[in-house]
Amino acid sequence: MAQDNLPENGTSQDESAYWRANIRLLVSLMIIWFAVSFGAGILFREFLDQFMLGGYPLGFWFAQQGSIYVFIGLIVFYSWRIHKIEQRYHVDDDDERSAGISGSQEGED
Amino acid sequence: MDTQTLIYLFVGASFALYIGIAIWSRAGSTKEFYVAGGGVNPVVNGMATAADWMSAASFISMAGLIAFLGYDASVYLMGWTGGYVLLALLLAPYLRKFGQFTVPDFIGTRYYSKAARVVAVICLIFISFTYIAGQMRGVGIVFSRFLDIPIMWGVISGMGIVFIYAVLGGMKGITYTQVAQYCVLIFAYMVPAFFLSFLITGNPIPQLGLGSQVNDGSGMYVLEKLNLVLLDLGFGEYTNGSKSMIDVFCITLALMVGTAGLPHVIVRFFTVPKASDARKSAGWALVFIALLYTTAPAVGAFARLNFVDTVNEQSYTEAPEWFTNWESNDLIAFQDKNGDGVMQYRAGNAFEGAPEFSDERGPSGERLVTNAPVSDSENEIYVDRDIMVLANPEIGNLPGWVIALVAAGGLAAALSTAAGLLLVISSSVSHDLLKSTFRPDICEKGELLAARIAATAAIVVAGYLGIYPPGWVAQVVAFAFGLAAASLFPAIFMGIFSKSMNKEGAIAGMVAGLVFTFAYIAYFKLANPAANVAENWLFGISPEGIGVVGMALNFAIAIIVAKLTAAPPPQIARLVDSIRVPRGAGGAQNH
Repeated sequence: MAQDNLPENGTSQDESAYWRANIRLLVSLMIIWFAVSFGAGILFREFLDQFMLGGYPLGFWFAQQGSIYVFIGLIVFYSWRIHKIEQRYHVDDDDERSAGISGSQEGED
Repeated sequence: MDTQTLIYLFVGASFALYIGIAIWSRAGSTKEFYVAGGGVNPVVNGMATAADWMSAASFISMAGLIAFLGYDASVYLMGWTGGYVLLALLLAPYLRKFGQFTVPDFIGTRYYSKAARVVAVICLIFISFTYIAGQMRGVGIVFSRFLDIPIMWGVISGMGIVFIYAVLGGMKGITYTQVAQYCVLIFAYMVPAFFLSFLITGNPIPQLGLGSQVNDGSGMYVLEKLNLVLLDLGFGEYTNGSKSMIDVFCITLALMVGTAGLPHVIVRFFTVPKASDARKSAGWALVFIALLYTTAPAVGAFARLNFVDTVNEQSYTEAPEWFTNWESNDLIAFQDKNGDGVMQYRAGNAFEGAPEFSDERGPSGERLVTNAPVSDSENEIYVDRDIMVLANPEIGNLPGWVIALVAAGGLAAALSTAAGLLLVISSSVSHDLLKSTFRPDICEKGELLAARIAATAAIVVAGYLGIYPPGWVAQVVAFAFGLAAASLFPAIFMGIFSKSMNKEGAIAGMVAGLVFTFAYIAYFKLANPAANVAENWLFGISPEGIGVVGMALNFAIAIIVAKLTAAPPPQIARLVDSIRVPRGAGGAQNH
């Protein structure tokens, strides 16, 4: 498949193993994404509303506050975790910042 | 200084700032014009994305919607933030790795087809124009109320400002202007929110204030009091919605998926240096967005409490000044149905439709409306939801400079989003239609000129839509999401996560999703608005949420058609393999 890859760029086995690990991580994070918004904020909202978080009914809090905080947490966690996985399979883009910037500054003043 | 002078000062200073930035960051190449050179820092890009994202609807309309819809407005809060999870996890890093300029670029290349690219351009132009009409309308509202000039001249001034920095600076000018606009708009949103939260609860942090006790000595929580007050007046409980669960579910999902499929948002992630930066940038964008989105529910609830407190059972002759100000702008009306000169605010409509003012004044001095009164409701007050954020500082009796700040913030929100939209429209015309489809031999200078001409034309069309608007701000914007969810998102998603999706499947899916969603919305909103009630809806899903069905249709038709037609050529599998791994983003650019 990717015979033209240099060895230090990760082999095609590395790439498919990375992709499988990525999909597993994505599935678990999307379950949380669904659970806090559609689950706690909509489907089980009335049940959760019997509990209070300060002056907030809990389901209402998830719908208007909590889900948004969890969304931020999900992106931060994914960024951190996927980076570890990329490094394990040698497919990260850590040393490419210089290439990206030198390529982009050609036209800048 | 009086408030009016302060408003001119704040708005003038913010405009001067935007124009200064535009002159400093002129675009010299198509790459700078389309993607700001591809070297924007992820935090800066996150901030620009937040400004790009938070439109007149977010700034002006959302808290008003929350104030009047209560729990039901959660669809906007979750829908317009949850989409960033989809973006960061499912789309942005891969599209950045792909490394071109536009969304149709990706669809055209991945589906090896000019036809697919043209279909994507059509979806994009459709979505973006629907969206931009709302922005220009927002500009018009702010100008007419705060600067006391007709909506038409307000829209034209807004167009002029956007013209200067979008046409000169392209994406580069827009990015740095948007950073400034984010600072203006978030400051303008937070300051009155701190004030209001402190006034009502004694806790200045609005997110905490909404969960605190009202400091009127009653020991009641804010939401508890709001529920009681509203029940008293015949409304439903604030924390309990009136929409059906399936409708809330579908609208939320349509807004989330639509957010992830909006071209002007996606294209922002083409501007960072590499794939991993696209993820970080989406995270930063959501942090900056969440600051406003978690404040809005508090602003909405406080505004509703204040509104009831200051208006209900108040005699019109003693009505607060903001009330008569907005009345003279046609956005508030009082129809004294029982003739007692006192304003009764209750559930239900005061009269049929939007107010039609006659030139005469009533016995208490109110502007008379010619609308037929609704007899089974005691309500005498008509209030346009869009005014709540703008009127909030006045309702809360905040100092003049806060009002001026809110005016500048509302304009920043509308202008930043309008500029981002104009950019994707112009680049899809000059890059996707001209360079990649009809005139491949066009030179760099010619393409840049075409991009600028297209941006100018788009501004003129957007301005026309702003002066003669097809509806009120948030409603217009809601359509763009349904269309984006039903057309672009599935095509991009399958392009990354499925190697077997081919051009026939993708094109059939996009067309089916777009046509179905458009027809459904057009039928209920334009052709037959009288039929727009839950009994007539498909599965009980309103036009705002129908994008979900359109999306499912898109996926289903794409998968079936792809099974029946030839598999994509082998180089497509290699392309998909290469966009799936972050390594090698720098080399993927072809300019």
